[in-house]
Amino acid sequence: MGIVSRGFFGRRREGDAELPPGQYLTHDFPVLSAGPTPRIGLDRWEFTIDTETGETHRWSWADLMKLPSETPTVDLHCVTKWSKLGTDWQGVSLDVLFEDVETSAEYALAYSYGGYTTNLPLEDLLDGKAWITYKFDGEDLTPPHGGPARLLVPHLYLWKSAKWVRGIRLMNEDWPGFWETAGYHNYGDPWREQRYQGD
Amino acid sequence: MSIDYLDGNALAGPLGEIFAVEVTTAVGTCAGCGAAGPVASLHVYGPEPGLVARCPSCEEVVLRLVRTPDAVWLDMRGAISLRIPMPEPRT
Ligand SMILES: [Zn+2]
Repeated sequence: MGIVSRGFFGRRREGDAELPPGQYLTHDFPVLSAGPTPRIGLDRWEFTIDTETGETHRWSWADLMKLPSETPTVDLHCVTKWSKLGTDWQGVSLDVLFEDVETSAEYALAYSYGGYTTNLPLEDLLDGKAWITYKFDGEDLTPPHGGPARLLVPHLYLWKSAKWVRGIRLMNEDWPGFWETAGYHNYGDPWREQRYQGD
Repeated sequence: MSIDYLDGNALAGPLGEIFAVEVTTAVGTCAGCGAAGPVASLHVYGPEPGLVARCPSCEEVVLRLVRTPDAVWLDMRGAISLRIPMPEPRT
């Protein structure tokens, strides 16, 4: 790769790290945006899970802070071809939020403050694969990176990790989201290089 | 806070790939609020993962353009209409 690894904290060796096909390594954290950055006060922030039967589960910021958190260290892969390895997050596992949610839905649509949406199979949010994160690198998640809270689904391209996440709607049918209706792949597995529809 | 978008002239190149006419001077009407103005006045975010042009009045998406390796995806559902100036047909 010809990229000298800078920080090396013993988690993994970046120099010979395996990247998904077509990706290059970056140490920055580029910000891509499809609109103005929403600023959401914590006093009015909320997160909801709406089931296919019309049941709504709701958490305030204070509710979220009371839930047990995890500190996943994960690799990020953006469809615009950069990858950033070994990033540190703190947040609540979706498994915790789904504990009392009764559903037989197969599909989920994550939606955000500012109007962004992204779809994914519900199973990709469960079993330790996804979090509602509120800290990055030990600091409060800043608005440009999706703060106060961002969905983190690191095994899919980063557009699935909705910034400014506001809720998840569960559905019996798949409902393509913002980029998925504009040429991007419906699932977005970086290891199978599913960037665009038809990949 | 710094401005994080470009003006609609950023659409000239990508739209020029698919339209035979100069579209940035065309007048678009926003489906969100009904405001009308030249495409050049839209607020354009991107270019990656795609160009997202928003209404300067209500910030709703007016048009989106994604360039894939073998196609251009153009979504104009946020525009009620696009009025494109044309020369009078020759008689
Ligand atoms: Zn408008």
